[in-house]
Amino acid sequence: MDVSQYLEIFLDESKEHLQNLNTQILELEQDAENMNTINEIFRAAHSLKGMAGTMGYKRMQSLTHNMENVFSEVRNGTIKVKANMIDILFQCLDALEGYVGSIQETSDEGTNDNEPLIKLLIDIMESKGKEETTQAEPVKEEKVVPVEKISGAAWDSMQFTDTEKVVMRAARDKGNSIYGLSVKVQETCILKAARAFLVFKALEEQGEIIVSNPTVQDIEDERFELEFTLVYLTKAPLSEVLKAIKNVSEIADAQGGLIEVPELDFVEIEQIETQEQTTSLETVKQETTAPAKVSPQKDKKQTPAKPVVNRTVRVDIEKLDVLMNLVSELIIAKNSLVSASAVEDTTNTAFNEQIEYLESVTTNLHESVMKVRMVPIESVVNKFPRMIRDLSKNLNKKMELYMSGEETELDRTVVDEIGDPLMHLLRNSADHGLESAEVRKARGKNEAGSIFLDAYQDGNNVIIEVRDDGNGIDVEAVRQKAIERGTISLEQAENMTDKDIVDLLFLPSFSTAKVVSDVSGRGVGLDVVRSKIEALSGEVEVKTKLGMGSTFIIRLPLTLAIIQALMVIVGKEKYAVSLGSIQTIEDVCPADIKQVQSKEVINLRGNVIPIIRLSEVLDIESDKNPEENMVVVIVKKGEKFAGIVVDELMGQQEIVIKSLGKYINKCKKISGATILGDGEVALILDANSLF
Amino acid sequence: MDELRTNTENAQFIVIKIGPEQFGIDIQHIDNIVRMQNITRVPKVPEYFKGVINLRGEIIPVMSLRLKMGLEEDAITKASRIIIIKLEQHEGIGIIVDEVKEVVTLEKEQIEKMSYDKDEKKIFVYAVGKVEGALVSLLDLNAVLADA
Repeated sequence: MDVSQYLEIFLDESKEHLQNLNTQILELEQDAENMNTINEIFRAAHSLKGMAGTMGYKRMQSLTHNMENVFSEVRNGTIKVKANMIDILFQCLDALEGYVGSIQETSDEGTNDNEPLIKLLIDIMESKGKEETTQAEPVKEEKVVPVEKISGAAWDSMQFTDTEKVVMRAARDKGNSIYGLSVKVQETCILKAARAFLVFKALEEQGEIIVSNPTVQDIEDERFELEFTLVYLTKAPLSEVLKAIKNVSEIADAQGGLIEVPELDFVEIEQIETQEQTTSLETVKQETTAPAKVSPQKDKKQTPAKPVVNRTVRVDIEKLDVLMNLVSELIIAKNSLVSASAVEDTTNTAFNEQIEYLESVTTNLHESVMKVRMVPIESVVNKFPRMIRDLSKNLNKKMELYMSGEETELDRTVVDEIGDPLMHLLRNSADHGLESAEVRKARGKNEAGSIFLDAYQDGNNVIIEVRDDGNGIDVEAVRQKAIERGTISLEQAENMTDKDIVDLLFLPSFSTAKVVSDVSGRGVGLDVVRSKIEALSGEVEVKTKLGMGSTFIIRLPLTLAIIQALMVIVGKEKYAVSLGSIQTIEDVCPADIKQVQSKEVINLRGNVIPIIRLSEVLDIESDKNPEENMVVVIVKKGEKFAGIVVDELMGQQEIVIKSLGKYINKCKKISGATILGDGEVALILDANSLF
Repeated sequence: MDELRTNTENAQFIVIKIGPEQFGIDIQHIDNIVRMQNITRVPKVPEYFKGVINLRGEIIPVMSLRLKMGLEEDAITKASRIIIIKLEQHEGIGIIVDEVKEVVTLEKEQIEKMSYDKDEKKIFVYAVGKVEGALVSLLDLNAVLADA
């Protein structure tokens, strides 16, 4: 069978399951008795096994099969979770990641059988008491491999809610029979949901379906394998019921039997197994007519008894890029209309009203498309708890990671890129930041170090902070090191503020670690972090206090394509400045400009702010009379301010950022270009580069 | 296009004028020819880059072939054109020419490769074509756009 077209989905889902497993096993380490977690792990391992099997990755399947077996026992309570088991499980996850990585690169799982790991898993299995039998092979097991299934009493293992039990009792009292039915659709069937619907319809003519597994909703969405199980109330005899089902075309088989009405049991409700069906590749295979695939539920932390189905669609990011480009074009066209109407000087109110309406529609459209592209940073930061756990073991330091704001959303492209820099910073904190347990004790701190990862939205930016309560940056040590290395001269060192010194850490090949460790200290950390963040049009800054810890603050723009900008005029040229970096606009009298170290500054409400004349920086002849008051745009970068002198303000505008292309991108002060309403091109000033 | 050329062993060139000299540009690299329009200056770039233009929503850099070749500044007239060139794997770029004359088809025997002097720094011409007695210098676009 050619499965290559499902490879991408397989990889996506495998990664999701692995991530889920990582998170859940970490939770298990904290709370070994949590049934929800154990169930979740079992399900994820099971889905992985099914997917790997479908795709023909035998080794991966065998490893996940053994993991699943172990968890099946844990679930049954025959094995207790122990610390060494967690370690083995993590090793399994690493091995699985290895398979997935190799599959991604070569579409082959490689030749590593991971026999030692499987052996370890089997050992765990065998460690359980002999007296316990493996009678409770889970129901789910049978579902993924329906071919192997010999007609079993699938309905026997169904669990009922109390309401359902009450209905069943009432029905029995009225003389109805209660049948469990198992219906199997032909493998070649394309419209499984439609067939299932016909079965439902046929049955409802003579009776009532009270329970369906998977749920009716899932069946309608084609989220089931070849088989589904029903509980059916009717007065008709079983043979007639089965005949009715088999009359529906493309139904391979139908079986049925009487069901005992279960006793009402209020305790049982707690343990009701989730019937949640994870979308596996099996489903997709049938979906030749429906390319957009319903993705599996993301949020699996909810109580499993009530799975909430997120109705989502996986879309290729390129399609979204196209959509975003079209929205950009629309905004440009809208801007042209606005400027055309201004030129016409029409007093046609209806026309103006329509333009205003169009404006609000395009703004909303842009926002919606932007939101579609936004994903929570969760997918990236979820792997960090595991990383910190491993680091903690490797470095032999106790540490805890506290995360908040995982639900903060960023543009998909940004989220994809942000993982590495964050990982660098966390490793930095773990390795350099946190002191050893003895030092911490001596300093009166908690022995276990804390690392915080906080994300939140701030206006048009998203802020991600990596904070630790460790040693902080030793500014003097950095200063000495910089002098030693010849990065700065003695004289410079004396004049530099602590902040400037800390900034040196972001220079390439500058590491203060005395010992080069496996984790960090090879001098390739912070400069990579900075360049990566800046490539995303973001910025990074550090706050540190010796002995108290340090904070790295990353600021990222919400979107990369369309921004609100202030249009300014210098000489005869127009420039756009991102509204995000603008603090205020000031009217400054030329006499207020002072000289400090032969640089122009102004004193603005107690702050001394350097003045940058755009006409000088960009070689433009200013048209303005130097005697007149100046328009100064105050921009902010981190904690620093600067005043940009322009000739005139044009106003605020929504602009679409376009690249200047690689032929002409040598000017650092220009971050791109945009097309104005009249078709003219205006350059976008990178305010950050002026500092 | 390549196929066409190998079959018939001739190629089409657009003949342009810069000052008194005629140059030929292989037609397969030409994306578009547009009239002179408002060019937005980009600061802090080499002098021969005149700036960027808006070509149907795309930002295209424009360079002056004259300045690149070390000739005097363009005198923009009604005949001036911007030729948009797209090399494989590259973005579009416009070059300003004084005039676009015609399209010619040159057969292999009409093209004479230049034996070039290594000492000469700026060689933008790789061959000379002969069209009805006149000479057309065929531009080496890779050289023209190199380190551009």
